[in-house]
Amino acid sequence: MVARLAGDLSLAEDCTQEACAAAIDQWPREGLPANPGGWVVAVARRRALDNLRRESARAGKEREAVREWAAAEPDGSAVAGDDQLALLFACCHPALDPASRVTLTLRVVCGLPTASIARLLLLSEPAVAQRIVRAKRKIRDAGIRLRVPDPGERPVRLASVLRVIYLTFTEGHSPHGISAVVRDDLCGEALRLAARLHRLLPDEPEVTGLLALIMLTGARSAARADEDGALVLLADQDRSRWDRDRQDEGRSLVEAALAQRRPGPYQLQAAIAACHADAETAADTDWRQIAALYSELLRFDPSPVIEANRAVAVAYAEGPTAGMAILDTLAASSRLARWPQLHIARGALLAQCGRHDDAIAAYRDALALEPASAVRRHISAQIAALGAAHAPIEET
Amino acid sequence: MKYIALLYGEPGAGPAPGTPEFIRMLGEYQSATTAMANVGILVDSSPLQPPHTATTVRVRDGETQLTDGPFAEIKEQLGGYYILDCEDLDTALRYAAMIPSARYGSVEVRPVMVMGPP
Repeated sequence: MVARLAGDLSLAEDCTQEACAAAIDQWPREGLPANPGGWVVAVARRRALDNLRRESARAGKEREAVREWAAAEPDGSAVAGDDQLALLFACCHPALDPASRVTLTLRVVCGLPTASIARLLLLSEPAVAQRIVRAKRKIRDAGIRLRVPDPGERPVRLASVLRVIYLTFTEGHSPHGISAVVRDDLCGEALRLAARLHRLLPDEPEVTGLLALIMLTGARSAARADEDGALVLLADQDRSRWDRDRQDEGRSLVEAALAQRRPGPYQLQAAIAACHADAETAADTDWRQIAALYSELLRFDPSPVIEANRAVAVAYAEGPTAGMAILDTLAASSRLARWPQLHIARGALLAQCGRHDDAIAAYRDALALEPASAVRRHISAQIAALGAAHAPIEET
Repeated sequence: MKYIALLYGEPGAGPAPGTPEFIRMLGEYQSATTAMANVGILVDSSPLQPPHTATTVRVRDGETQLTDGPFAEIKEQLGGYYILDCEDLDTALRYAAMIPSARYGSVEVRPVMVMGPP
């Protein structure tokens, strides 16, 4: 919102930072406002207005913006939802290279820390920081004004906008660096943005697919952590804690999207999530169908992460050895070696094959990559279980 | 902000001189230029003589060296330019897209650096 008003990213960021500083100063003394997010936006907006008034000797848009926004809701609550989506479109400017667009937007609009973005994109932190710097420099030096694009300008930005929402949800569903298994704020934000986008573009099957995916996956959130806050894998989840209404909603959305016969990666991932939702118990899961959907997904997005997921599905459908073969190739060849989930999957399959020492080694590889603490607890439990099962055999 | 739109194209790209398409293309240049002039953003614009008329100047160790031809031996050659004074990059890009070279070659849009007072 603040960037839309200011049309200037560094000004918007400065104002937002000032507002957050004011919040840190005032809230402990005066108590939390009813709408903390709206409060920050309102204060940042006020500072941006002050700044713009000072600088509005420059004729044109700024003055218009000041007039428009001075008349808007003072507490920011009424427009915040729409505004976030507008800001997403504004930040995904096609004059920025596509990788920088997504990185910048995740940082600036969604507020993800650089470390989280690095893990989501399987990049190093300096590489992410550099992309952000480069994007900001281009915005400043090339005179890019961050403004809400006209409807005709939306299509070229849509892919980046979808990706930003998807990655925000991914970070919310499996956050890094904090103790919680799920970050409800980010999941809620992603759901809200996807739903808004779907209302805006109801005939865009990938938009529908993304909304379905977020609903179907998010419906499992309550079952993802045990009482101690440790991660519970899909197979071990208490399915009575899944949100069945939300799953039904997601299922009808993905069916409607697929019926348009313009498949895409978000629809396919939603279809996979629907397969899980359909299974009464983990044993009922249609792994052949899921493996086939992952193969289809690879045609759109030939990424090692998807190949790893296919490997797990193949392992369930055809036996652990078939899955292991795919994972071993991946672990040897790709940047996925830095992805803890790969080693966790290898550990699980190796354990199923009865190769306990190798399984423990794979879990240790995963630990060495410093996953989130809930994941760490899960891995440690697996290692302990394997060690306990293993020890008596060693003695005999 | 001032932007320069540099028009690049391979020699011989686009319609051949003398054809009706060529005449139409000239008309499109004209209408793009008129559109920019009418909204008051056109500072200057001109086509350039062909690359073989170019001379490149370098001064090395105090010696002026002249080379025949343009600096870079690339397929696409600079063929003309527009200087636009408009409020942001989006505006400049919108008008740059009206220039026929964007279809037959490419148009590079870059802000002109603003020099402070001496």
